[in-house]
Amino acid sequence: MIINHPLLGPRDAAEFVYLGDESLIERPDPNAPDAADRFYEYGYLRDNPAGEHKELWYHEQGDRSWLVVTRNTITHQITHVELARDVARAKGRDR
Amino acid sequence: MRYSGFKVFLEGLTGNRGWKPAWRDPEPKSDYDVIIIGGGGHGLSTAYYLSKVYGVRNVAVLEKGWLGSGNIGRNTTIIRSNYMLPGNEPFYEFSLKLWEGLEQDFNYNAMISQRSILNLFHSDPQRDAFVRRANAMMLAGADAELADEAQLRRELPFLDFDNARFPIKGGLFQRRGGTVRHDAVAWGYARGADAEGVDIIQNCEVTGFQIENGICKGVQTTKGAINAKKIAVCVAGSSGRVMAMAGMRLPIESHVLQAFVSEGLKPVLPGVITFGAGHFYVSQSDKGGLVFGGDIDAYNSYAQRGNLPVVEDVAEGGMAIMPMIGRARLLRSWGGIMDMSMDGSPFIDKTHIGGLYFNGGWCYGGFKATPASGYCYAHLLAKDEPHPVATEMRLDRFKRGHLIDEKGQGNQPNLH
Repeated sequence: MIINHPLLGPRDAAEFVYLGDESLIERPDPNAPDAADRFYEYGYLRDNPAGEHKELWYHEQGDRSWLVVTRNTITHQITHVELARDVARAKGRDR
Repeated sequence: MRYSGFKVFLEGLTGNRGWKPAWRDPEPKSDYDVIIIGGGGHGLSTAYYLSKVYGVRNVAVLEKGWLGSGNIGRNTTIIRSNYMLPGNEPFYEFSLKLWEGLEQDFNYNAMISQRSILNLFHSDPQRDAFVRRANAMMLAGADAELADEAQLRRELPFLDFDNARFPIKGGLFQRRGGTVRHDAVAWGYARGADAEGVDIIQNCEVTGFQIENGICKGVQTTKGAINAKKIAVCVAGSSGRVMAMAGMRLPIESHVLQAFVSEGLKPVLPGVITFGAGHFYVSQSDKGGLVFGGDIDAYNSYAQRGNLPVVEDVAEGGMAIMPMIGRARLLRSWGGIMDMSMDGSPFIDKTHIGGLYFNGGWCYGGFKATPASGYCYAHLLAKDEPHPVATEMRLDRFKRGHLIDEKGQGNQPNLH
């Protein structure tokens, strides 16, 4: 698989480390009254779709940026790549 | 019809005209006591033990493709019970004991060969860890034997003992481990279940669950709606897709694991050899091909094929430990989809939906578990309580903090 890095251009997926579902960006509020339940769901439950999947890849053997890759889990086709930083900021995070 | 050597002889004399299909091809009825979704190894063994041991006769197995078209025919055929943790090891030892009597039990030649399995170690700390595991195995009634370097040099002289990065210092044998003809396991269980009256319905895909007021009353399928008192999902590899139809999110990610077979060679490997440090394990089939594999591809996938970096990694692992395979040509490679769970251990449990049961999360270790998985799932379905060796394999264990994490990797499924 080739991941089209937004800054570095096309890179071999072997340069990257895979973490998992993009939802891992959205860490629950530890002070919420139902924090235990929300951390359980955050830490352990996954949508695990067959089809389009947004997921986190880390460019460990490159510029060490985190990417959000949109990839089809049935065909392995990658359709979109963004910097995780931009995705997190768009969700209202400061970094 | 009972199979025997005498029967083969008799049929040989009479033109082999007496053989009959090993199982029926029935149309689904409208009602069953138990529907098992998934006609793979685990689904068929569940049906077999449910009817034969627990006496539940009105059972159907629904399979979307043909029997044994999934992971039962895509694995590397290894059986073993060399686990460590209390939630796992008694279960896998129970499974190995069932393997040992399986062919006589279901009257089918599954070519079970207890040719031993060896885990290599390369350092003192790793040896200590293996001693601990061996002790845990023996406490659960399994066999374990620690071998030093001199013994391995005698038994397996072709290994690269003086490898610069991973010199071989010894290994942990389980002599009762070995290999099985995997397709025959599916066929044997299917034939046995069919003989007990189980309806095995192929080319029948489940397209939805009929859930009313929190109770599952049946399934919609490509062959129409079917009602049942209990619905048992047993579709490891597709668990995410199937349970999504019931609105459930699981502690599972689907990943692809590749396997490989070389051209046929003269007998060179006496048993199964695993090189954990280098992500490589290998055995030799009765046809002579080296059957080997390594790590999962490590990204979510439902495609039954992997990518080249893992092929390269596995080949390097093989060359590192067993340089003699360098000239063997790779014949085939393929991939199967694993339910990778959050702690590397499986589930055999009820769900929060009444009448709906779940079996899955087998990671890359489902084949060796086939008999015990079916037996314990059948126990749960028949008695609504877990089998004594499967009490820890619960869906809610992450919420309770009672993980069964053999490798201590935490909630990172692609590292288990």
